[in-house]
Order: sequence, then structure tokens, then C-alpha cells
Amino acid sequence: MLDAHLLRRDFPIFQRKIHGKKNLVYLDSAASSQKPQIVLDAMDKLYAHSYANIHRGIHELAEEATALYENSRQKIAAFIHVGDPAQLIFTRNTTESINLVAMAWGRKFLKEGDRILLTEMEHHSNLVPWYILAAEKGIQIDFTPVGEQGFLDQDRFQELLKRSPRLVAFTHMSNVLGVINPVQEMTQRAHQAGAVVLVDGAQSVPHFPVSVEMLNADFYAFSAHKMCGPTGIGILYGKRSLLEAMDPFMGGGDMIKKVTFEGFIPNEIPYKFEAGTPAIAEAIGFGAAVDYLNNVGMQAIHDHERQITRYAWNCLNKVRGLRILGPSAEERGGVISFELEGIHPHDVSQILDSQGIAVRAGHHCAMPLHQKLNVPASTRASFYLYNTFEDVDALVEGIQTVQKVFGSIGK
Amino acid sequence: MDDLYREVILEHYKNPVHKGELDAHNHDFEDENPLCGDFIHMDLQVDENGIIRNAVFSGHGCAISQASADLLLESIIGKPVDEVQHMSTQDVLDLLGIDDLGPVRLKCALLPLKVVKSALYGIEKDE
Ligand SMILES: Cc1ncc(COP(=O)(O)O)c(C=O)c1O
Repeated sequence: MLDAHLLRRDFPIFQRKIHGKKNLVYLDSAASSQKPQIVLDAMDKLYAHSYANIHRGIHELAEEATALYENSRQKIAAFIHVGDPAQLIFTRNTTESINLVAMAWGRKFLKEGDRILLTEMEHHSNLVPWYILAAEKGIQIDFTPVGEQGFLDQDRFQELLKRSPRLVAFTHMSNVLGVINPVQEMTQRAHQAGAVVLVDGAQSVPHFPVSVEMLNADFYAFSAHKMCGPTGIGILYGKRSLLEAMDPFMGGGDMIKKVTFEGFIPNEIPYKFEAGTPAIAEAIGFGAAVDYLNNVGMQAIHDHERQITRYAWNCLNKVRGLRILGPSAEERGGVISFELEGIHPHDVSQILDSQGIAVRAGHHCAMPLHQKLNVPASTRASFYLYNTFEDVDALVEGIQTVQKVFGSIGK
Repeated sequence: MDDLYREVILEHYKNPVHKGELDAHNHDFEDENPLCGDFIHMDLQVDENGIIRNAVFSGHGCAISQASADLLLESIIGKPVDEVQHMSTQDVLDLLGIDDLGPVRLKCALLPLKVVKSALYGIEKDE
């Protein structure tokens, strides 16, 4: 079992005060996580000690920087249980990873009249790239509905697969409902229907052990900044055969093998998709974040989050006028979105902030899901390895203060 | 920031004076902040001299947006249209009694003024 009180000392941000005096209660890790000192150090050390552009110079610094960058890719591949690191492309974030697939795979292989199958619980980043592609190509989009408890309707999923979608894309874990989808079964069924499968792993890879090869997804996307790593760096995993068949996403340096006045020959994967000087320090920081998470242990992180989530769910569920969106504590990851009767999430969040408590308010980049749930906006608390039971107590007290400020509003 | 939720704002949020619909109106407009889910609709009655005779709002959203709507309408009823069209961000903050508001919340506070200005858009030129 991990000791969150101890782990908090690894994160310098917890030393600061909010509004000059309040301890930080950080319950917004689903939006972005805080960073441990060793991640900051890894990036500083690169700049202070080994910095040069990668894959080009024939000098000591260039060779060191290149080795650190490629070593990071290997660490991340091992972290998600992928044997061949060349199948991991460095991108800016989950969003860019999904756009890369839409542009470099979708544009080449999909044609007018084809269908793709998404779900109603997707983040905008797994909707809008497909909308853009659909408009460009004349593609039809279907959505697997979210059922009563917040789970995907698997019967409808099976039905919709009969329409022979070319691509099935869905999130591993919902950033609003906390629902964890049965990725392996869904992928298998989608493959049986002949579809290529993309999984949005933005909320899963940071929080529990993920074996991409066991899940057998064709594409898998996630971001470093939600898993103790820096901003500006993310991963697209793709199966070798698919990546090799795809055309480049962007053109420029590094992504070519040869350029002449007549044209170019693209580089091998993964470089084919890494045009220009990448986020070198951030990639190396990402590697350090993976080391950090491995040291703590992904199973331990998951178990800790389950405990905190269960405790928070039980406490919040007792608050009068509070309604939790989605399933029971046993059936979700470390995310709890809720409504407070008569009080808008912005007001909730603002008053919590005055007590040093950071939560997310709004639609959490899932407007269609909120529309489906018939909730204009919600407040979301999300948990990570550094959250404690005391954080949950502070949240519950904070919510009581919100209700006090608003008096007997509502019914 | 706690003083953001002063009595005035909470009172206008809980018990708005100018909320409702106006059968007799000659200008209306509605708009939303999709990011927050704030929504404001306004009906305004402007007389031949360009004076706002009556105005009401309907909608939903956070306390800041809804209180701002109520306070704004209270201040503009009886005023000439062109004066209202020249109202500024600072005027709204003054109505709310707030010195400082983060960029996200400022959008909430300003939505009602945006709706009023849009509803009144072009009136001067017509008359
Ligand atoms: C489920 C899900 N998908 C995608 C994203 C987008 O991640 P990023 O903003 O890092 O591209 C997020 C993060 O907000 C998310 O929660």
C-alpha cells in the first residue's frame, strides 16, 4: 500500500499556499497532474548537461541527448507492455495522437460512405477529429449510447458493429463518469466486425496497469501531463503494419530518409511521424515520470485510488442535495462528477477555491455526454497517488460551506 | 474571493426582480456561454424616444451571470438606449460591487450586457 503523505513530499507544489494561506487540496488530476521533483530534475539536467538537437549532430552532446530521448521511448514502451518501441510515436498529447490517426490513416484509407463508430462518452478530442474527417470525406458516424448507470450499452455496440464500421474509437476510461470500459472484449468484437480500433488512454495509463498488446488495440493514445510528466508530450501507439502503411502526418526534417528536387522518401517508423525538432526535454521528462510511477507501482496507485474513491463516494453520497453522475464506487476509476442542487458548478468551484480546493467545473470537454445526461455542467473531483483521506474530508467540508454561503437555495 | 458571494449577488440570484417574460416587447435577444452553460434571454420594451421602458430576463447559470442580469436590468430601465450601448466592463463590475474577477468568471458577469447590447443593436440608426 502506498503512503500518500510520504509521496506528497516528492511534489514541490504542495509546499505552496493558495490565496496566500490555504493548504493546497488538489483534486483536478484528471485535467492534469502535478509533477514530482525528479521529473523537473531530469529536464533541468538535460538542459544543463547534455543538451543538443537529436538525430543529427555527430558530437558528444547530440549523441547523449539522442540516447536519452530514445531511452525514454523504450521506457514508455515497456510501461504499456509494448515489445517494439518503434511503434510509439511522440506527439504533443492525446489530442494530437488522435488527429494523427484521423489525418494520416483516415484520410488515406477511408472513403465516402464508410462508417465509424464512436461512443457518447467521448472527450472532444475523440470526437472533433472524426467530425472534421467525416465532413471532408462524407463518412457516417454512429455512437454507442451510454446507458442508465453510465456504462456503454454493449448490446447496442454489438448492433452498431453490424453496420461494418471501418474504425471503432472509444475511451478506456471516461473522464466524467469514471466508467472503465471493457477494452479487450470491445476490441475483439470490433476486430471480428472488421474494424480498426483506436483507444483513448488519456485517463487509463496514468491510473492503472495497461498492457496495450494484451488489449490488442490497433492505436492507443495518451498524454504525459496527466501522469506526472511534462506538458507538450504524448504518445501514439500504432501497430507496425498500420503505421508503415500510413502516409506521413507532417512534412519536414527528421521524417525523411531522402529529399531531392523531385520529392522525398519518408523515414522509417516512428521517425516518419516525428517531423521537426521534437519536445526533447519533455520526452526525457516523460521517461522520468514513468520511472517514478514504476517505483511507486501502478497496481499500488490503482489500489490507493480505489480506496480514496470509495471513501469519497460514500461521503459525497451522504451530502444532501448532491447527486453523483455515473456508477457506484466499485465500478469506477478515480473520478467523481456531481451536481449540487440549485448551485452552478462555477459557483461551487469558486467557493471551494477560496478554501484552497482545486476541482474542475463545467462540461470537462464532454459536451455531448452532458447533453445526453441532461446536465448543463458538473463539478468534478479527481484523485491521484498524492491524494489523502484528508483531502476528501476537506472537499466534503468545502461543499458544506458552499451550501451555507448559498443558504437554502433550490427546493 | 469569498466576498464575491456577497449578499447583493446572492439576493439577486435567489430572488431576481426582473426575471420573467414580457408579452409587450419590441426587442429581444439570447446568448449563452457554452463553456459554463450560462444562458440568458432578454425581452426589452423601448419607446419612441429611445428610452428603455421595461426589460426582463430569463435563463439559467451561475450566480454571477444571473445576478449580473438582474442588476443590469435594474440599472438600465428608464435609461436611453445609447447610454446603455456605451456601458463598459467596469460598469458591470461596479453594479456587482466587485473589483476583480478572473477571466473565466468575467465572461459570466458580462454575458447579460452582451445580450442587452445585441438586443439593442442598430436602434440608433433606425431612429
Ligand atoms: C478521456 C480524455 N481524452 C482525451 C483528453 C485530451 O488530452 P490532451 O488535452 O492531453 O490532449 C483528455 C484530457 O482532458 C481526456 O480526459
